[in-house]
Order: sequence, then structure tokens, then C-alpha cells
Amino acid sequence: MTSRFLLRNFIRGPLTEAAPPPDEGALAELAGRVNQASRARLGRTLSIREVDAGSCNGCELEIHALNNVLYDLERFGLRFVASPRHADVLLVTGPVTVNMREALERTYQATPDPKWVVAVGDCARNGGVFAGSAACVGGVSAVLAVDLHIPGCPPSPTALLKGLLALLEGVSA
Amino acid sequence: MNWTRSAVDRETWEQAGERLRSGASSLLSLWGEPGRAHMAVIDSSHELRVLSFACEANRFPSIGRLHPPAIRLERAMRDLAGLEAEGLPDTRPWLRHGGPYPFLPAEGESLHQIPVGPVHAGIIEPGHFRFTANGETVVRLEERLGYVHKGIDALMAGASLERAASLAGRVSGDSTVAYALAFAQAVEVALGAQIPPRAAWLRALAAELERLANHFGDIGAVCNDASFSIMHASCGLLRERVLRASHACFGHRLMMDVVMPGGMRCDLSAEGRQQLVALIALVRSQFPELVELYENTASLKDRTVGTGILTPALAQQFAAGGYVGRASGRSFDARRAPGYPPYDRLKFEVPVVQAGDVNARVWIRIQEVEQSLALIEQILGQLPSGAVHIPVSAAAVSAEGTALVEGFRGDIFAWVRIRASGGVERCHLRDPSWFQWPLLEAAIEGNIVADFPLCNKSFNCSYSGHDL
Repeated sequence: MTSRFLLRNFIRGPLTEAAPPPDEGALAELAGRVNQASRARLGRTLSIREVDAGSCNGCELEIHALNNVLYDLERFGLRFVASPRHADVLLVTGPVTVNMREALERTYQATPDPKWVVAVGDCARNGGVFAGSAACVGGVSAVLAVDLHIPGCPPSPTALLKGLLALLEGVSA
Repeated sequence: MNWTRSAVDRETWEQAGERLRSGASSLLSLWGEPGRAHMAVIDSSHELRVLSFACEANRFPSIGRLHPPAIRLERAMRDLAGLEAEGLPDTRPWLRHGGPYPFLPAEGESLHQIPVGPVHAGIIEPGHFRFTANGETVVRLEERLGYVHKGIDALMAGASLERAASLAGRVSGDSTVAYALAFAQAVEVALGAQIPPRAAWLRALAAELERLANHFGDIGAVCNDASFSIMHASCGLLRERVLRASHACFGHRLMMDVVMPGGMRCDLSAEGRQQLVALIALVRSQFPELVELYENTASLKDRTVGTGILTPALAQQFAAGGYVGRASGRSFDARRAPGYPPYDRLKFEVPVVQAGDVNARVWIRIQEVEQSLALIEQILGQLPSGAVHIPVSAAAVSAEGTALVEGFRGDIFAWVRIRASGGVERCHLRDPSWFQWPLLEAAIEGNIVADFPLCNKSFNCSYSGHDL
């Protein structure tokens, strides 16, 4: 059963779709944030640690989709890792809640240099619909220096991909 | 929806607690506002009752002391509304963090603790799990939640209907349609608004698409946690197809802000309808083979069968909704009873099994996928014509409404009070996870630590929906 499945998929070829171009706005936001030394060290690959700092889970669903066969994030040298100690990039979602602030800061501290912070979604930009809540700190930049914002509620996988490709281009150009 | 609201004295409040303890009724929710505690219950006749207790000095008799499923809700009532439950067995804060948090003790020879989270290894929401294990075997799991507490109750108070609907749709992003639907129905009950039939049918269409997308995601993810990645890849593809069809139908992949008080924000697009027909054909051609693959892969079934068993007695006591309840013999489905349009006009079955293990929770999802496909076909075939929205306006006096809506995870309860001037005075939304999270603690006991991801994914409780 399994082998029949594998064989058919092998013959059919990949379902993966062509990559979108990197986001121009993101390229502009990133310009100058990445120095030559880090570029040399990282090459054309980035390890990403996702941190939900208070999201409704909508952004996580779309970040997950990046791993499905149509977007196949790993073909670009971008991969999600299980520990911040293995990461170059923190992909942070949500209006940072008061209850997640310390965990976010500690995750950042556990990530080795050089490192980048990407704020994903409208909440991560400025709190989104939760802005002003006493239980939230605000956007990610209220806690960490943010290198790139990818807006959307939630951003589509294509929007995420465009932003991450811009990051990859900025880092490895 | 039929519901009653009554102000009760201490004796009646405690009698309601006794009825919950005896199993004569099920707890739907407990919440508070300054000076008043509210309890929603439902009995076998499916009549929904809200009891309100006027607190003296912000105190009320604990229901959790009689009926354990109420304990975490009462802990949250203190955090959110400043109400003290007299006699509550567990007085630790719940949603409000800060300060040391003593975990429950587990004592004995050779026991060790494993702290996990709040930041987890995967792309998932944050929460803390404290395992006490004897070698590989879990002796006790204690959850600590509240990390994604965003203060939604407080943001709702004073919000316009539009803003409140938008907040409701972001309580738990995976259930945005179900939440927006629960909120909208509660508002419509409060204001006596009758939405056009087409709007109700389109809401059901969106809700079934949401169920399909989540079930595909979960079936794949459970298999992935048993390292069977073909299922994960194939189900992930089907999930993506559902999201793209949803986008074609209503302009948003997750269908956020599509359901609103008064109806739907937009009508079903012609392209969306075409894509749905193609989607159903695609799923019908590919999904049965995946089910066969799941069923005939011994190494996979070895991981899911007999793992993480939830007993029917516990599912009943906690009034567990969704696939968690239905995999453990509890047949409750809010679409059927109390029920809401258009489900009274549609044919569907509510699958129920007794086994209560990971495999049973996967099987309920598999069968619900088939039911949702049939529902979508019926909706497309019988969709009434007409408007999809009516304006809703505030009543002359403040008004309250409730709703109980079946999300993919289980029944979502909503209660709202609308001000005479319009706008929300207060709103309470109860996620199905409130009654499922505690059961995960029970289901994992005696299993090995390595099976926790599998058990956890088979429950797939919401952190954000629970933490509010």
C-alpha cells in the first residue's frame, strides 16, 4: 500500500509551485541590517524558530502551510528548527502578551548571534485587534528589535514566502 | 435559540451544582462580572439555562467543589472578574500569571519531573506541561495555561458590534467561523433579528469548510507525530485545497470576518461555487485511499490504537464536546441539538465510538470529513436565493442572548449583553477546550512520555481559545 503510494507520487513528479519573487518592501526594510560578516557565516541557509507570543493561532496555521508540498519551504534553504539554540531567525507572532513576554525574551537570549527577528502578522506589528489590552504588551518591537515585518491577518503563505525570501536574499546577497 | 435566564438564590445555585454532580445536567460555562456570577447549563431536554447569582462582597458558592469541571473556570473568574468562589478546592491563579506557581505534588521513589514549554518545539501555541514520570511512564501531567491570555473579555466590554465580531473571530484562529457564528447568533437572539435564510445556509457552508480544513490538518498531524509523513503530506495538500477554495468562495483563506451579526459579509462567489464542486470531487477521489492507508499501516495503528484512552465516564462528566467526546461515547453535537438553521433541513450523521483512544479520535474525524462533504453538497444543491445580510439595530433597552455552535473542536458557548445604545456591554465566549484540556491530563496517565505528542495532537485543544 505504502509503496504503491510512493511509486505513484514518484512518477507524477512534484506538486510544488514556482516561487514568488521576494517582497520589494521587505527588501527595502532589510537593507543595511545585515552585515558582510554574517552573510559569509550563514551562506544560503537560514534556520527559523517560530515563537507564538500571544497569537490567535491563525498565523501559526499559515506558517505551517509553508511546509506543505505546494510551498515546500525547505527547497529555499529555509527550515524550522525545534530549539532557539539552533536558530538564525526568530519568527514571532501575536500581540506579545504580558504572560509571554519573559518567555519571548529568554528565547531571544537563547538564540546565538547573528540573529534576526521577523514579526509576522498585524498583531505582531502593533497589537492588531488586541492593541490597548492591559493583558498585552503590544507589538513585538515593544520587546525586541524587529528586522522585518510581514503584515496580514494572517499573512498568506505566499506573503510569508515573499518576506522570508527577501530575508534570505538580504542575508546571503 | 430557546433559553432562560433567572436570578437565583444560594440554595438554587447550589442545587444546580448538585444536578451537575449527579449528571442530570451538563455544565456549559461559568463566568462573572463585578457583583454577579453566571452559570450556563443544559439538560437532557436540551434546554439551555443561565443562572445568575448576586454576589455579596464578590463571593459566590463554588460549583467546582461539587463538580470538578468548574474548577478552572472559577479560578479564571477570580482572575478576570475578581469573584471569589467559596470552597474552591484549587485557589491558585489561572489566567493571570506572575509570582511563583506551585505545581501539584507527585511523590514516590524514582519519580522525576520533565518541564515542557511554554515555548514548544513545533510551530504550536504556548503552554506549559509539567510531567512527572517513572522511567518512561507518565505518572502525572499537570498543565499550566494562560500564556496567550489577551484580555478579550475586557476588550469586548464597550466594543461596537463590528469590533466585537472581529475580536470574536480571533479568539481561536482555527475556529474563526465558528466563533464569529456563535457571537453573531447570540447578538441576533438578543436583538430578535431574523437573518435571511441564504445567510444561514452560507454560514453552514463556511463552518463545514472550516471543519474539513481542520480535520485534514489534524489527521495528518497525528500521523506525523507517529512519524508517518506520507499521511501528513497528503492531508496537508487536501487542507491547502480547502483553504484555497474557501478563499475563492469568501475572499479569505481562513474565512475571517466573513460571518457577522445580521448575516454574511459577502455572498458566495460564482468561482467559489465551481471550486467547491472541484474540491469535493478531489477529496472524494483521494481521501478514501488515505483512509485505507491509515487503516492498513500496522506500524501506525500500533501507535494510535490503545494509546491515550479517555473513559466515557470522564467524557460525560466533563461534557466533552467534539471528537474528544464522540470518540468516548458522548454523542452531543450542537448542530443537532439544541440545533440551529439550516442543520434541521440537512441530513447528516453524528459518528460516535466508545474506544476513547487516539485511533478513535482519528476515526471520528475521518467520518466527520465524509459528513461535511455530504453537507456541503446538500448546501450547494439547496441554497436558497435572496439577501445575505440584514442590518441589526440595538433594542430600546439592554438585551441578552446566548448561542451554542458546533465548531470543529466541539461546542462553543456564547453569551452577550447589548447596551440600549448599541454596542456590547459584556460578552463571554467559552471554548470547547475548557472541558478537554483537563481530560488530556487524565488520558495521558500511564502512557509513555514519547506518546504525549500523539495524544496531545489527537485532542488538539486550543490554547488561545482557552486563554482568552
